Amino acid sequence: MKLLIKNGHVIDIKTALNEITDILIENDRIIEIGKGLDAGSTGDVIDAEGKYVIPGMIDCHCHLRDPGYEYKEDIESGTKSAAVGGFTSVACMPNTNPVIDNQAVVSFVKNKAKQIGVVNVYPIGAITKGQQGKELSDIGELKSAGAVGLSDDGSPVENPLVMLRALKYSSMFDITVISHCEDKFLADDGVMNEGYYSTIMGLKGIPSVSEAVMVSRDILLSEYTNAPIHIAHVSTELSVDLIRKAKKRGVKVTAETCPHYFSLTESACENFNTLAKVNPPLRSEKDVNAVIEGLKDGTIDIIATDHAPHHEDEKNVEFNIAANGFVGFETALPLSITYLMKEGHLTMEQLVQKICINPAKLLGLNKGTIEVGKTADITIVDINDEYTVDISRFKSKSQNSPYNGYKLFGRAVYTIVGGKPVVRDKKLVI
Amino acid sequence: MSVMQSKHVLGLKDMSTDDINLILKTAKSMKHLLDSGNKKGPHLQGKSIITLFYENSTRTRLSFELASKYLGASAANISVSGSSVAKGETLLDTGRTINMMGADVIIMRHSMSGAPHFLSKNINASVINAGDGMNEHPTQGLLDMYTILEEKGRIQGLKVAILGDIYHSRVARSNIWGLTKMGAKVTVAAPETLMPPEIEKMGVETFNTIEKALIDADVIINLRIQAERQGKCLFPTIREYARFFGLDDKRLGLAKKDALIMHPGPVNRGVEMTSSVIDCERSFINEQVKNGVAVRMAILFLLTRRELA
Repeated sequence: MKLLIKNGHVIDIKTALNEITDILIENDRIIEIGKGLDAGSTGDVIDAEGKYVIPGMIDCHCHLRDPGYEYKEDIESGTKSAAVGGFTSVACMPNTNPVIDNQAVVSFVKNKAKQIGVVNVYPIGAITKGQQGKELSDIGELKSAGAVGLSDDGSPVENPLVMLRALKYSSMFDITVISHCEDKFLADDGVMNEGYYSTIMGLKGIPSVSEAVMVSRDILLSEYTNAPIHIAHVSTELSVDLIRKAKKRGVKVTAETCPHYFSLTESACENFNTLAKVNPPLRSEKDVNAVIEGLKDGTIDIIATDHAPHHEDEKNVEFNIAANGFVGFETALPLSITYLMKEGHLTMEQLVQKICINPAKLLGLNKGTIEVGKTADITIVDINDEYTVDISRFKSKSQNSPYNGYKLFGRAVYTIVGGKPVVRDKKLVI
Repeated sequence: MSVMQSKHVLGLKDMSTDDINLILKTAKSMKHLLDSGNKKGPHLQGKSIITLFYENSTRTRLSFELASKYLGASAANISVSGSSVAKGETLLDTGRTINMMGADVIIMRHSMSGAPHFLSKNINASVINAGDGMNEHPTQGLLDMYTILEEKGRIQGLKVAILGDIYHSRVARSNIWGLTKMGAKVTVAAPETLMPPEIEKMGVETFNTIEKALIDADVIINLRIQAERQGKCLFPTIREYARFFGLDDKRLGLAKKDALIMHPGPVNRGVEMTSSVIDCERSFINEQVKNGVAVRMAILFLLTRRELA
């Protein structure tokens, strides 16, 4: 079975491809790239004229909630949501129940994804047992079972000695620690960014320095151990500055941010809007500008979704007790195109770096490029498709998004996983 | 007679000056009723008023209850410990239940900022915020403005100093929104650890010494300092707080000679104020309590007659 993608604007960073050309796929592989290709009489043809053809998008930070919180999301609904968002691979965080801190849970997630998943799923293992921050998980076994990263995401590893040893130990297995940077003492019982808006709503604030203090610690520990570290969901100017300086002196630090940290400010929380509650919290305009600057100059390597579905009952409550996070898969690409590309901050090549090749590198996946012989994970993007976000049409089980009603540009029109289109003309076909 | 624009009284942040003026004006006739000796009006006949308090309160709760009863409403209380709240019922479900029993107005106090706003979005009854977390206490703000208006004849142009734990104070926030809207010049003074960030953007001048805030003040609103705040590194001890931030006769001398002294109560004698200040003739702390009943009568009346208009 052949599949031909015709006349698309193909972008690949590794092979420096940036032109209108065709891609021929047979079964799950790319077999030819060039102009005027033919799929034969029985082949399937996708007309990609006027559209970008990019390596399948990879999300290095999402929550599929499976096992344990299937009422919010499960591997089936989560991967469907990822597919319509243009993602062909997602790495899911271990704060499930049970926690992904041993090889059995890694296998469970991988097997379930193989059976009912629509896109590739790669589990991230917990740094510490039960994400309690005390004892290391069986890191070697996690890696052997297929974990692609280590994180206690949702909470920080508070004890610096535990973090130092996690960095040393995991570097032996060539698996990167992804750090949720938050000083819990400084964050205290804050529920939104500390600033004018927390003041006028009488809500306890989380100071931006609570993130930066931990970023600073983790950079130093990485530098000291010479082990790589990846900083999750960077949201503040102070953090961006620290990472920029660390990179300059050669520290093996990489960083991600999420669409909400370059498209929304703390003002979205006004009137106790729990849909805008997230951790790290939405920050000030100054922070948003710094995050964009960090994306532009390469300080921030990756755009991740932090897809965090929650049930309505967990959001339609008092602000203090509302759950943190947003459905992220289905708005990440449009938000990146609208707020970064259309605003002239990033080119499509830079975007491809941040949503395809850099996440592949972080997770050690042989993906993120369009090359002959490689698995055909491809996303076709129409950057001019204008649409209004409608949470009731999300494929995710949950609808917790602050972007309902937003007019955005750009969508994934085709998502091709292993040579098989799972989204065609913006519609899930699986 | 004018009609209140707002269906709920959630905060002074979003209350129009028209509504504020209407409440203050109506409160004046309610105070006449209070003073008349026959404290029984027909205004709220056939109306159900429910007080739903998730936090302890003496004066605010009693003040609302009496206001309801003086105007002829059926009033009932929900006591948190004895209700299904203790069984883990959500605020949403509790609110819906009370709503379905025919409540016209739910008066609510809650430890979480925004809880009444949340409830108001989910039920038909009018919601009055009787204090939500650190956010607002709008009826206190209104009764403070009423007291100022009654004594000074105006709010516009007055210099009002708000002193104490601004960070945790819903009274401070309501007063700042209301007073700045009505044209007062507001200064706030607190230890830096109890000063909310970027509060200047609310249109107030800030100081870390009460002396500076007090200079030429027409009105002083002193806030309660809670002993529970000790031990959290917000200030070292009550003793040190009283020494540097307590209002005594000497510091009072910096304000105008006829400055009003107010406090939302309950007062810690000898902490935020010395007894000599509390009991001096310029102190209107007791009058505030009486005005509180009048203002709450006015609010209940205006909210319940909205639907008739």
